[in-house]
Amino acid sequence: MKDDIILRVIAKLTMPFMVLFAVYVQFHGDFGPGGGFQAGVIAAAAIVFYAIIFGLAAGQRLVPEWLVEKMLAAGVLLYAGVGVAGLLLGGNYLDYFVLAHDPVHGQHRGIFWVEAGVGLTVAGVMLKVFYMFAGRGRIDEEEGA
Amino acid sequence: MSQIAAHYSYWITIFLMVAGMYILIARGNLMKKLVGLATLQTSVYLLYIAPGKLIGGTAPIVAEGFATYSNPLPHVLILTAIVVGVATLALGLAIVVRIREAYGSIEEDEILALDRDAADPAD
Amino acid sequence: MLEHLPALQVVVPLIAAPLIVLVRNRRFAWLAATAASWACLAIAIGLALRVAEAGTVSYALGSWPPPWGIEYRVDALNAFVLVLVSLVAALVAPYAWTSVAAEVEPDRQYLLYAMYCLCLAGLLGIAITGDAFNIFVFLEISSLSMYVLIALGPQRKALVASYQYLLLGTVGATFYVIGVGLLYLKTGTLNLADMSERLRTVEELRPVLAALAFITVGIGLKLALFPLHQWLPNAYAYSPSMVTAFIAATATKVSVYVLLRFYFTVFDPAPIFERLPTREVFIALSVAAMVVTSLVALFERDVKRLFAYSSVAQIGYITLGIGVDNLASLTGSVVHLLNHGVTKGAIFLLLGGVALRSGAVSMSVGSLAGLGRRMPLTAFGLVIAGFSLIGIPGTAGFITKWYLILGAIDRGLWWLVAVIVATSLIAVAYVWRVVEAAYLRPADEAPAKRAEAPLTMLVPALAMTALCVYFGFETSFSVGGAREAAELLLRGVR
Repeated sequence: MKDDIILRVIAKLTMPFMVLFAVYVQFHGDFGPGGGFQAGVIAAAAIVFYAIIFGLAAGQRLVPEWLVEKMLAAGVLLYAGVGVAGLLLGGNYLDYFVLAHDPVHGQHRGIFWVEAGVGLTVAGVMLKVFYMFAGRGRIDEEEGA
Repeated sequence: MSQIAAHYSYWITIFLMVAGMYILIARGNLMKKLVGLATLQTSVYLLYIAPGKLIGGTAPIVAEGFATYSNPLPHVLILTAIVVGVATLALGLAIVVRIREAYGSIEEDEILALDRDAADPAD
Repeated sequence: MLEHLPALQVVVPLIAAPLIVLVRNRRFAWLAATAASWACLAIAIGLALRVAEAGTVSYALGSWPPPWGIEYRVDALNAFVLVLVSLVAALVAPYAWTSVAAEVEPDRQYLLYAMYCLCLAGLLGIAITGDAFNIFVFLEISSLSMYVLIALGPQRKALVASYQYLLLGTVGATFYVIGVGLLYLKTGTLNLADMSERLRTVEELRPVLAALAFITVGIGLKLALFPLHQWLPNAYAYSPSMVTAFIAATATKVSVYVLLRFYFTVFDPAPIFERLPTREVFIALSVAAMVVTSLVALFERDVKRLFAYSSVAQIGYITLGIGVDNLASLTGSVVHLLNHGVTKGAIFLLLGGVALRSGAVSMSVGSLAGLGRRMPLTAFGLVIAGFSLIGIPGTAGFITKWYLILGAIDRGLWWLVAVIVATSLIAVAYVWRVVEAAYLRPADEAPAKRAEAPLTMLVPALAMTALCVYFGFETSFSVGGAREAAELLLRGVR
């Protein structure tokens, strides 16, 4: 598809807006529909869109395989880390009340970091799933199966 | 009659649930079974969310002048359930891809036949 | 830190899993998994001691007080289950190094350990949480990681087994969620203790009946209750040895715990059980499980499938205790969670050693010929574990059968005593097939070299076998804990 000029131009124009929308959805989860999972999926969709138009190799140059696996694990550790931070600061596990100078700000901070972790992991998972499935089809075609 | 019509969300839930289960059981193609599974899970989302909206209830953000708020908890539960469903579907599809590579087919009866023929009564 | 033990029980393996994925090294993965399993055992024992001296432990996650927040609640029943799961994990994890290295490709091994840690976290979470929807989340965490673990088996049949388990397991979890949804609609809460309080005063009982039905079928699929057991033989037979040992000893037992929790704690105040023939249905299904699957095991060729069908029969004993529903039989049910866990764990760990030395992917009963000479310790272990399966006095299995028979006699169900004894005789028959092949049949190849399984595999397997005998004599923890749990369940109020 990278030979079609219309697709190439439109892809390059819309990709930044998709990523920006993902960031918007990520941070506005407590005021409207949104949050980590939705934002992660939209961000991954932007990269998948790029990979579909310009080819899987180009997509993997943009976001390499090793980075995707690290994103996966780092997001979960971030979430668990917020929980442990609550433990260390004197509350129970995943206690947001103690994370800042007063409970309301603590809740804000806790939810912010937790959703960041979720967004990171979900984006990683969606990209990994795409790379796995797309990479496999290629092997099938090469062997003429 | 109006009683029955008023519960239309439950009727749709039941229809999706039963349709999903039928596809799961009746279709031999592994991919179609996963479609049935996804339909079954979708009916559950409806079961939780539809009763969450209270008649006359507004969005669940505290505001002046409103006394009835719709229930936000089912939405949170279903978000979790949707993510679980996505993970299950992704895993199921990955296994189907591997089965296709290993057996050359994704029809249940062909796979069972291949397994039966290949099972040499050893020793 | 001590008051945070309930949270740490789940958090420790949950953090180990992404760490393993980040570091991506096999040796680190095995070390992290083993360290997490041993830490879980220490935490579980700590929690059991706290519950024994101070009563029910309640922990509010996120410092939100129950019933608004999710609560981790440890009482006599879940402390027992937590110790069981972490004990099995602590023995299987050191075993895994050599076993997994032989059965799974090197660049996939760290993924197996990550899934193992997630599965452990999920199983411990199911046992410790006091929130109905949280049980679903942990149920699916453990189930999804189990599907992956099974699919990592060496043969291509492992993929089909994993897919079959995925379909049936997800249907089970979905039914469970439907049941919880109906209960939530009726009571307005998800906290198990609060739900049971509110069910006391509910007038319209039909949704509660529907919820009971959905939850029973859903959890029945997960615990392989008789007609819903189709996924189990293939899943146990084709997965890697360490995985079979781990899930055979823990997965179905934790689902039994969920069933006990819902039946005796949540649904207890609602006036539904007197109108339903639940006891009769459970007894009928359990007897069917015990008889039919024992007979199938008698004629099964593949060794791992033979013991898998035996597992379904043993789960039948556990649900029989629930059906008879008095103190003795419930004690038998709960103690069988532990006894069968260590028995089947021992058998599958020992069989893993045999598989490693013979190099075969699937073993028929005939391939065990001459085992007594080739691997004497392993064969001896298999005999001991087989005795425990049958219920010979002096082993853990006997303790269970004793309490089940006592319970049946208490209710005057003499025919049930006959069935229990008869199925134990069928167990004698299929264990004899294995013992006869190991000791009395001459091996085909001429020089029967003595090649025991490597020490890292032999020691955990024999330790598990020793536990089968230990729990047959020293029953203060197993029966004492089980009796306390049974009394708690029959009392009903939390």
